[in-house]
Amino acid sequence: MKVTMTVNGEEVTAEIEGRLLLVHFLRDQLGLTGTHWGCDTSNCGTCVVWLDREPVKSCTVLAAMAGGHDVRTVEGLEQGGELDPVQKGFIACHGLQCGFCTPGMMMTARALLDKNPDPSEGEIREAISGQICRCTGYATIVRSIRWAASAS
Amino acid sequence: MQVPGQFEYERATSVEHAIGLLDRLGDTARLVAGGHSLLPMMKLRLANFDYLIDINDLHAELGHITVEPGRIRIGAMTRHRELLESPDLRQHFPIFADAERVIADPVVRNRGTLGGSLCQADPSEDLSAVCTTLGASCVIRGLDGERVVPMEDFHRGPYETAVGDAEMLTEVHFPLRPGGSSAYEKVERRAGDWAVVSAGAAVWLQNGVMTDARVGLAAVGPDTAGLPEISQALRGREPSEALYEEAGDIAARSCDPATDTRGSADYKRHLAKELTRRTLRKAVRRLEGRA
Repeated sequence: MKVTMTVNGEEVTAEIEGRLLLVHFLRDQLGLTGTHWGCDTSNCGTCVVWLDREPVKSCTVLAAMAGGHDVRTVEGLEQGGELDPVQKGFIACHGLQCGFCTPGMMMTARALLDKNPDPSEGEIREAISGQICRCTGYATIVRSIRWAASAS
Repeated sequence: MQVPGQFEYERATSVEHAIGLLDRLGDTARLVAGGHSLLPMMKLRLANFDYLIDINDLHAELGHITVEPGRIRIGAMTRHRELLESPDLRQHFPIFADAERVIADPVVRNRGTLGGSLCQADPSEDLSAVCTTLGASCVIRGLDGERVVPMEDFHRGPYETAVGDAEMLTEVHFPLRPGGSSAYEKVERRAGDWAVVSAGAAVWLQNGVMTDARVGLAAVGPDTAGLPEISQALRGREPSEALYEEAGDIAARSCDPATDTRGSADYKRHLAKELTRRTLRKAVRRLEGRA
């Protein structure tokens, strides 16, 4: 089947199987490997991308479901050569260790800050509670998101 | 790598279109809404279909929370996040926010729907227990119109519902009676997991006496179970710790948990008792403005 969607502001059309998952479409067909593929069971959250501005776990969304919709991945965070404050925060506060959970964490963080520009530590922890950092580096991730809130 | 078996993907443009497709394709087709129950089952090949009919475009039609005199109607495509954030539900049925905060995680809650949760018919699913507790009715639409099925008849056993091959769940109705409040509690192994046991309670008070009370339990039997014996025991009595204890004893005695990786049957009976007490206490405190 043919599917057309907008990914990071650009319209893409592709021939896909109905069963293709969005995470594999982004990584394997579009080459957008910033979105990571982790647990495959909608638990770890490293595959989080935006579907119409809302974070979703792309291992549990069919690529076909994104047809006609707007998808944004971690590659789309940077605007006009300028890193997003969330990305800067992860650099400034050592928010990434091995980096595997980072794309999902950053997409969820950006969505949180768009809705709630000044979240408390508790609100940040709640927002990223669907993401797992197996380095257990949560404290610095929370600090990075707070940094981004303060810098914006 | 987990991928579903092969299927044809169709997208429904209206409820009628979805039902027409179901009618034509029969039991080889399945509706998919948020997909967070169905797609994992299909990835594990526990479920296989020749056709998936995507009904996400019906959110405008079926994603609503409507307060009317005497009832609240909630569309089947209403997402978990919308149930959690609804001021109307917070006011009338605080049990929803209690339950939603412990269902999966915020990102999953952006996709999952009320209708999908009920149609999955998992005995440990929390929204089913909420609907059981609140005495909800399910509106099922087919080719010849609608029929209404009370929650106690909606689940026919694990993963089986009253919804026929060419039918879909479109709305869930919740009776709204004055002087009531509700609460939900869940014990889980880790945040976002399925329940070891959860309990919902709804109470109605008039002049300090319970005019009605309902308790629903998840993960302690083949269905999310309502416990009419508790309602009978509590009606007409004043709320007290002794009464919550009595209700808890009925819950422990009436449920039918199985020993599994989540805990022993004895432990689950203990939880059924304790969570019944806690939710009744919490619902009554909310009515009295103390929580």
